Amino acid sequence: MFENSQLYKAYRDMKLIREFEERIRAEYQQGKLPGFIHMYRAQEAIAVAVCMNLTDQDYIASTHRGHGHCIAKGCTVEDMLLELCCKDEGICRGKGGSMHIADMSKGMLGANAIVGAGPPIAAGAALTAKTLKNGCVSVAFIGDGASDQGTVAEALNLAVVLNLPMIFMYENNYYAEFTKNPKPDGRIAERAGAFGMPSVCIDGSDFFAVYDAAKNAVERGRAGGGPTAIEAIVPRYYGHFEGDAQQYRERDEVKSSRSMSDPIKKFLQDPRSEGLSKNEIEKLDNEISELIENGLEKAYSASEPSYEQLFTDVYVNYKGH
Amino acid sequence: MSRISIREAINKTLHEEMARDQSIILIGEDVASKHSGGVYGVTLGLSDKFGTERVIDTPITESAIIGAAGGAALTGLRPVAELMFIDFLGVCLDQLMNQIAKFRYMFGGNVTTPVTIRTMIGAGAGTGPQHSQILYPLLVSIPGIKVVAPSNAYDAKGLLAQAIRDDDPVVFCEHKAIYDEIAEVPDEEFVIPFGEARKVCEGKDITIVAFSRMVLFAEQAAKKLSSEGISVEVIDPRTLSPLDDKSIIESVEKTGKLLIVDEANPYCSMASEVSSVVAEKAFHALKAPIRKITSPHTPVPASPTLETFYVPSLSQIEEIVRELSNY
Repeated sequence: MFENSQLYKAYRDMKLIREFEERIRAEYQQGKLPGFIHMYRAQEAIAVAVCMNLTDQDYIASTHRGHGHCIAKGCTVEDMLLELCCKDEGICRGKGGSMHIADMSKGMLGANAIVGAGPPIAAGAALTAKTLKNGCVSVAFIGDGASDQGTVAEALNLAVVLNLPMIFMYENNYYAEFTKNPKPDGRIAERAGAFGMPSVCIDGSDFFAVYDAAKNAVERGRAGGGPTAIEAIVPRYYGHFEGDAQQYRERDEVKSSRSMSDPIKKFLQDPRSEGLSKNEIEKLDNEISELIENGLEKAYSASEPSYEQLFTDVYVNYKGH
Repeated sequence: MSRISIREAINKTLHEEMARDQSIILIGEDVASKHSGGVYGVTLGLSDKFGTERVIDTPITESAIIGAAGGAALTGLRPVAELMFIDFLGVCLDQLMNQIAKFRYMFGGNVTTPVTIRTMIGAGAGTGPQHSQILYPLLVSIPGIKVVAPSNAYDAKGLLAQAIRDDDPVVFCEHKAIYDEIAEVPDEEFVIPFGEARKVCEGKDITIVAFSRMVLFAEQAAKKLSSEGISVEVIDPRTLSPLDDKSIIESVEKTGKLLIVDEANPYCSMASEVSSVVAEKAFHALKAPIRKITSPHTPVPASPTLETFYVPSLSQIEEIVRELSNY
């Protein structure tokens, strides 16, 4: 059973991700943000439900579609907006941008612009946990596109062979960039079985379903039971990246995928969240708006990195030319 | 002092470092093998001493080995990963080039990635096109990685200790044809700082800058040519990135003549890099054109006969030095 405080946290984090992304999307469309951004809309329940089972000492490795994972793992909106604007005060000092947000103090090992590169890194973090016997777990978020990369198969195998405390969290939105990924639901999770890893396929828009699956996997990992794979099915609400015209999709398909279950609506309609009060929710909504507006204001007025910053932090130290 | 081989020096250093620091793990293919200790016995005895929790055999899975080493380094361990042959870089380069090399920079200096990747390089063992390459120039061109290539047991010990203790990612290149080379090595622990070349022998007429196994050839050539009255100075940079260009320039300013010997393929090699450094920074000291001896722009052939033609030879070095001497 859920405490009300947990339910409020779940709502607040999902809504924060939603509002954060809608706001930066609008800014991006006006040309105010550099680079590529990739929207997480409709997948919010996954990041939040998984990360509510983790502590700051647990690790996650994220993807190019990483804003939701960052927020759910505890990165602050202010730090993230500074980084999206590539400012000197950004969480990565403006050298990472949207696709490389990382925060070691929160166990966030980085969004990653190379599709499928995260799982070996997450396996390494799980190896640290196993070596130090600290009871921590490591989660790799993996898109359905990434699931076809060899690195993911290598990480699945290594996690089983070394019995690592790790979760392979697949987010299947049916699209590998512009190409429909013709896999039946559950096929990706089943692959884990070929390596000897238990797996489950769930509705990714159902917070409670994701939470339960993640809880089991995390408990199993902490107890030394080894890795688990979870496949969550979600619609792809927007394009591959913001600005993607999605001409490869039928208009009806986009429309119907959008009307498919909204995780936040679904969460509020679920009998398990009945105890939440409308007033409290409204209060949270207001706080979220304020957080984002203040963060944006600060990010826009913050200073650009200096010329010297180009050369710092390539190495800890480097003697040579 | 003990007279030990490069293989023994590396093995001894791994023992000492693992005993000194509990956060060091070894991870790779066959590294824990009790019978062989890897292909050339370099890691023999380590799994007996430190257990298979810290000396970890993996499947044949280079992306996962290098990636996991990077992830473990980010989260508090100090992994020493083995990439059995540098040729296998082809299947795991992303984890090194896009991940490990860039973590610190793209995460705004908030992390360190203290990972050492030991790997075998070089021809001379008849191991053919996919097990004999040098390839370190590829890595030297990537910011964020340090690259080391020892030519003797003393340097192997001091440089490996430094690599493991270093907070940056280091690729440690072991030439498979010189594992049995013996040198005097102190019994106690010591480190050799990166970016400091070693003057192998002092000379006044010609400078040879050589890398890895080629240092041995250059040294032999220098000895032989001294009997002909040619005084050769041999410089072993030891670390390729960072490169001690100061020592190279100082030597060229003294001799005025430069030969570079590098087993890597010729284009964008250490030979071309050193040549460029000297052309830019010591042009006025030069009394003759800079000369380079590298392997040709071909894959490494399996045929022992062809391989002999492929690898730069002692006689080639002698010939070019004589030409430079007469210039």
